[in-house]
Amino acid sequence: MRRASYWSWLWLILGSLYFALPLLATFQFSLLAKKGEIGLTAYASVFRDSGFAASFAFSFQTALATIVISALLIVPTTYWVHLRLPELRPLIEFLTLLPFVVPAVVLVFGLSRSYNRTPLTDSHGGLHLLLIAAYVVLSFPYMYRAVDTGLRAINVRALTEAAQSLGARWPTILFRVIFPNVFVALLSGAFVTFAIVMGEFTIAALLAQPAFGPYINLLSSSKVYEPSALAVVSFALTWASIGLLQWLSRGVGQSQLGGPR
Amino acid sequence: MAQTAPTDRNVRQVSGLAHVAWRPSWAWLGVLPFFAFIGAFLIWPATEIVVLSFLDGRGQPTLQNVRDLGQSFIVTSYLYTIELSAVTALLGGLAGFLLAYAVTSAGMPRWIRAAVLSFAGVASNFAGIPLAFAFIATLGQLGLVTQGLRYVGISIYPTFSLYSFWGLALTYIYFQIPLMVLIMAPALDGLRREWREAAESLGASPWQYWRRVGLPILLPSLLGTMVLLFGNAFGAHATAFALTGGGSQASVVTILIGAQLSSDAFSNPGLGNALALGMIVIMALTITLYTWLQRLAERWLQR
Repeated sequence: MRRASYWSWLWLILGSLYFALPLLATFQFSLLAKKGEIGLTAYASVFRDSGFAASFAFSFQTALATIVISALLIVPTTYWVHLRLPELRPLIEFLTLLPFVVPAVVLVFGLSRSYNRTPLTDSHGGLHLLLIAAYVVLSFPYMYRAVDTGLRAINVRALTEAAQSLGARWPTILFRVIFPNVFVALLSGAFVTFAIVMGEFTIAALLAQPAFGPYINLLSSSKVYEPSALAVVSFALTWASIGLLQWLSRGVGQSQLGGPR
Repeated sequence: MAQTAPTDRNVRQVSGLAHVAWRPSWAWLGVLPFFAFIGAFLIWPATEIVVLSFLDGRGQPTLQNVRDLGQSFIVTSYLYTIELSAVTALLGGLAGFLLAYAVTSAGMPRWIRAAVLSFAGVASNFAGIPLAFAFIATLGQLGLVTQGLRYVGISIYPTFSLYSFWGLALTYIYFQIPLMVLIMAPALDGLRREWREAAESLGASPWQYWRRVGLPILLPSLLGTMVLLFGNAFGAHATAFALTGGGSQASVVTILIGAQLSSDAFSNPGLGNALALGMIVIMALTITLYTWLQRLAERWLQR
């Protein structure tokens, strides 16, 4: 009915400039590695570097472990709260918001103090477990909101009673009825978690873990163009995971908040 | 209901054992793993920080750690972080609001709106080290924009530095604006068209409509989101680390804490705890204020 005002277009154009310029600059910079010509030399050298593959694989595995553990904790809990303990909902909501109150750097500080001189901080494997545990905590706000939204959309009680009347036990109900029904919601939570874990720097660096984030930072002390190439790769990765999330949660009113800062 | 029978039996068994008025039920067991996990990896470490802030090296209660926060470099760092967070929340919030207003305004093609909102989803998750590199490639000494401006005769260095307050602020705003857009766009959609039409039919100019109707209704969510942006910037670590190289002078609080943790030569663990305690207190205030304003906003928009 009414046309958009000139102001709207002005804000839009200014915003686009501010957001596009750093991405363009990074991309342009990453193409300059070979003197006098534009090419993908920086990308080739990044992908050839063994540190890239190792750190990428490390973060990838960490992300998968985080998602699995987080799903195994959040889905049964949220399901149970929907079914039996609705009075606990405010408490669970509050607890899953806490990771926003405790910044990553404070969380890792507390964790390494609390688990000082235990197997969790004495060995590399232990530190890796501690890293995963910290990421699981960071994933709670996103996973809980996603699963809660998913469970609201189905009739939890009717599904449970139907399964029980057919003789299903709790594990069957949980894994063959509830999980499949919240799978799409779960996936959207999983993609934010994936994006966060793949780019996370603070916790991984302070726990001295060979993750992707610290690797990018490390590279910047020895290389000039490769870090830009990695920043482009990292942005593409974020774009892909969030894009998949948005595609999955069309019409589900999924809200995302900030990631690793 | 099919599932009531086994539960009743369980309840009877348990209360038979407990012999008390409080009737425990097995239902609590279902949420135990979650509580155990969040207790072990979030509540306990956070409590530990609070408790250790008030103990000295030999485990005696003391206020010395909190008093030590008064040292000038710590006060400077806190003020610096608060100023940085406030400035980026204000500017990022304003810019994000204008952008959200632009894409939700009537007559804006739907695909532009969809594209901006989905980009905001990506950009609000794109931060930390890669974001810092993107700004180095843009506004660093050799950055694209720096070089471009130099080409036309404008030299922004050394007046401006990406590693200074405003450089940091400009970088932080990159993850602040998208968050504002993501939260404000639905709020702007919630402004009913009838309100605007009613105002216009009574002869209000667009400015009068915003001044008297639109902004007052949006005020709680506007302020609430800006408070959230403040917390968002306050807890940021990686972005500042990559830009300032983790140097501890004139830097943000998160970097001070990180430095306390990673340096072996660190001699005063109590101070580190107190630093972290300060952060928790400020973040808790922030989130409380945000939750309160958000609730207010929901109530105002429902009517």
